[in-house]
Amino acid sequence: MLDVRLYLLQRISALIMAPLVIGHIAVMIYAVQGGLSAAEILGRTQGSLWWMLFYGLFVIAVSVHAAIGLRVVVHEWLGLKGIALRLFTSFVFVVLLALGLRAVMAVTAG
Amino acid sequence: MIKPGRSNPLWLAFVLHRLSGVVLALFLPLHFYVLSLALTSPAALDNFLAFSDLFVVKVAETLLVLLLAVHLFGGLRLMAMEWLPWTDRQKSLAAASVALGAGVACMFFLKVI
Amino acid sequence: MNTSNTSASLNVSVWRGTSDGGEFRSYQVPVQSNQTVLDVVTWIQQRIDNTLSYRFACRVGMCGSCAMTVNGEPRWTCRTHVNNVTENATLEIAPLRNLPVIKDLTTNMDPFFDKWIKAGGVHEPSALRNDPMVPVNPESKARKVASEGVECINCAVCYSACDTVAANPDYLGPAALQRAWTLVNDVKHNGKNTVLSAVSESGGCHNCHSHGSCTRYCPVELNPMKAVAGLKKSTVLSLLRS
Repeated sequence: MLDVRLYLLQRISALIMAPLVIGHIAVMIYAVQGGLSAAEILGRTQGSLWWMLFYGLFVIAVSVHAAIGLRVVVHEWLGLKGIALRLFTSFVFVVLLALGLRAVMAVTAG
Repeated sequence: MIKPGRSNPLWLAFVLHRLSGVVLALFLPLHFYVLSLALTSPAALDNFLAFSDLFVVKVAETLLVLLLAVHLFGGLRLMAMEWLPWTDRQKSLAAASVALGAGVACMFFLKVI
Repeated sequence: MNTSNTSASLNVSVWRGTSDGGEFRSYQVPVQSNQTVLDVVTWIQQRIDNTLSYRFACRVGMCGSCAMTVNGEPRWTCRTHVNNVTENATLEIAPLRNLPVIKDLTTNMDPFFDKWIKAGGVHEPSALRNDPMVPVNPESKARKVASEGVECINCAVCYSACDTVAANPDYLGPAALQRAWTLVNDVKHNGKNTVLSAVSESGGCHNCHSHGSCTRYCPVELNPMKAVAGLKKSTVLSLLRS
């Protein structure tokens, strides 16, 4: 259930995320060597405006992308449509955005 | 009774893209919650991260990286198909994007293990 | 009629019923060399059960009216040789998928053609009969693109093969969208923007998941998946320009 606007939002959010995902995977491959600890993660990210912008943008894009993607899935697999489908899309977007921005603040603020 | 063409590689690429997308979307709230522990309860975050020493958790993490990488390269293939000059080699490109994703996941697994 | 009959026979199960219900019934049909699936259906109708309903007209792959689901795959039955599709001398013949069944192998094609019109598929002339003829260069880029899709015979094989139509009944489907893409590239068509907005609605081209079943099964070897990709790009460019 996509019109041209939702399609465009889906593709733009995907294009924004492409370099961010590559960066995220590179950081993961680098960071997991020798195990993970809260101190190690926070030492890298806390107080860094760059990481805040990197993951802040990532969270906004992924919230848009996942909301539209799941919208298509629930329409095709569960038959949701109309207002219910619109509410579902908004719900997924808002929840992911709220949880995501809280997580970004938790690891980058301070 | 009536079956469509299930052996089509592009249909399999679609299934992979959809399932990886759904799993990643369901994983995100958990991922965000765990990271938020840094703010509310740093000790709980360390307790959780201790799990990541378990081999089975390392395998699960690798699986998530695989899904993320496959979704990334599969999505780039789709956008290239829609936005770049047409090529008939879509099946080869789909196979290549899965291979690329698997390669990235292997790199992650070799580093995390 | 082919005279090289042998004693061997085909086990054919044919769907009998409507959208409300029905069943596969078995028939034994003698094997002949050079036998098409449509020949088999006709043999059953003429020799075993004249209440069997099916649709055909030209028998040479021009009219697009005889498409059915053969061993689970949509095919034009008049040009499908039994030898190429039988598994252990068995054939399963069913009506096309994604369309209401009127009776037996006859589907109601209304939704298919309604979507053609909904996608802006009705020709809108750019000149009247007394206007001078518009020259069309067959080598121009747009005309080549339009020519790629113009041989569609409206058999609905692609529509029946499409899993996106099956999952999302409002989706216009590959045939209607390929027709739309042909008109967008046709200099003699006046309503280019009408077509682009028609396929930008919620059931439009952006629902395509590029499974490629349309292109795989198209009996005249057109490429609706490529046409839909072209529409996605053109609709976005048109949206950004407006």
